[in-house]
Amino acid sequence: MIWLNIVIQGALVGGFYALFACGLSLMFGVLKVINLAHGDMAVVAGYVAVFLCPRLHVAGLWSFLIVVPIFALLGYVVQRTLIQKSIDRDPFTTLLVTFGLSVVIENLLLELYSANGRSVNIGSLIGESWHPASIIYISYVSLAVLAAAVLVLLALQLFLSKSGIGRLIRAVADDQEAAQLSGANYRHVFGIAAAIAFATVALAGIAYGMMTQFAPTSGGVNLLFAFEVVVIGGIGSLWGTLVGGIALGIAQQFGAHINLSYQILAGNILFLVVLAIRPQGLFGRRNSLA
Amino acid sequence: MVGAALLVCLLTAAPWIVPAEFATTLTNFFILVIMATMWNLLAGYAGMVSIGQQAFVGLGAYATLYFAIKGMNPFVAVPFAALVCAVLAVPITYLLFRLRGGYFSIATWVVSDTALLIIGTIAVLGGGTGRTMPGLQSLSPSETAHFSYLATWFVALIVVTGTYFLLRSRTGLVLASIRDNEVAARSAGVNVTAARRSIFIIAAAGCGAAGAVLAISQPFIQPSNEFNLQWAAEMLFVSMIGGLGTIEGPIIGSILFFVLQQTLQQQGVWYLIIVGALAVAVALWQPRGLWGAFRDRFHTELLPVGHWVEYVPSDV
Repeated sequence: MIWLNIVIQGALVGGFYALFACGLSLMFGVLKVINLAHGDMAVVAGYVAVFLCPRLHVAGLWSFLIVVPIFALLGYVVQRTLIQKSIDRDPFTTLLVTFGLSVVIENLLLELYSANGRSVNIGSLIGESWHPASIIYISYVSLAVLAAAVLVLLALQLFLSKSGIGRLIRAVADDQEAAQLSGANYRHVFGIAAAIAFATVALAGIAYGMMTQFAPTSGGVNLLFAFEVVVIGGIGSLWGTLVGGIALGIAQQFGAHINLSYQILAGNILFLVVLAIRPQGLFGRRNSLA
Repeated sequence: MVGAALLVCLLTAAPWIVPAEFATTLTNFFILVIMATMWNLLAGYAGMVSIGQQAFVGLGAYATLYFAIKGMNPFVAVPFAALVCAVLAVPITYLLFRLRGGYFSIATWVVSDTALLIIGTIAVLGGGTGRTMPGLQSLSPSETAHFSYLATWFVALIVVTGTYFLLRSRTGLVLASIRDNEVAARSAGVNVTAARRSIFIIAAAGCGAAGAVLAISQPFIQPSNEFNLQWAAEMLFVSMIGGLGTIEGPIIGSILFFVLQQTLQQQGVWYLIIVGALAVAVALWQPRGLWGAFRDRFHTELLPVGHWVEYVPSDV
């Protein structure tokens, strides 16, 4: 029963990791950008939900209805201005730009809102859970986040394979020059991809704020987990991101069960083992490595 | 040449000339110069973008601590700590070199986080809470400051001149050929992987030495400080601001970083906001860094590492 609980709790945490990583996976897979500010942007979404939504008389639970569209728009604008300009240079430039953004965001949040922990107010729902068996408690919030992750990934999969703009995104991701020659405006396509990525970042930030407390510096740790999820799952595979998230969550719960200080270490070791055995990730294609 | 010799003498005598607190600042400055020179060698010459070099800073610091616990003088332990890092880097390259580009960068971060967590479980080395470096108690605080400055300065001197001669050598030519066109270099018979591996090992040793002198100058050793991601961030910032792919760039970047730090430190978080905004601005508008811009304008080099093709007319 202990082991079953480890797997269940790991899968629940993993759902959050997958939701958090899917924007990173998209930016990485399509724009080839390592976004070092990804975690901080999620934290910003959390702050917007905490401070803007009460003023608009929107309950915490529904804050994503406001924050997600704002972030989608922000994603398009940031991509077309800052990120596109750095992609046109080289990978070093995108690293330095996103790193600079990360430092600026983190410290602006510290200046504006102090280092105190905040969380998105969802009333009594936070403590409620489903209790199917002796020691197994399934928190409703975590379950909802896992469900949201599955829904978002399903919707993205459908969007990328069925819609016209989705196919354009995949074309540009596969071969930017060939897509350009066929008349695709790749900058606009990149903008759309970034808008979607930012929208999922906003969802992940709000989900985090509902599950636990966050502070201006919460972005960094979660960014490492998100990176691990993307590489474990395999680039270009959305289902890989889900499986990678759940695998990382279970590995961490397993490590924490042995010794609380082994929680993150167990996740890192899973990452390194996958790297040694299958560097393209569980669901990645070999040629996507270059 | 005379100027260089004079500068070396001046910097060697510095701790007896300048006030004590400024000597500490100079020590930190040279630690940053060492790290940034190594990061620049990795990224600017061998095309490897690491965000996990703090792994070797930490391992170097902890190797020094280990040797000191075993009774060795910490100053004597510095080269051995660098050697330990070079040896540890070998198996790590076999794991990391399976990945390219951005995936490589992420994996370096995970490796460094893993090293931090493993070191944190070893009780002899102070675990997660840390412990003080033994073997320095017989020295007075000002002696410790002086000697750790001298050690840091000598390591920096060796690292920078070593990098200069390395880049002037055949290896430098090989690296330039890989940087300019990897496929062409491969087809011309260059063993790209071997060249990258040797650079990664050298950079690990250099960062290990930086960690060793860091552990001596700030002798309370703690995993979260020695393995701090901030080291990687500073290496990246300083090399890029100064100018990637030049020897002078990381040094100029380090000077700028310290001037900013000294003048803006009172501003608290605004200092970091300005540094971050500066990083974005330079990356977007001055991508070759300050030294790159200066060099393009005045066509001058202090430490030239390029090779010119010379036309030799034949007698026929």
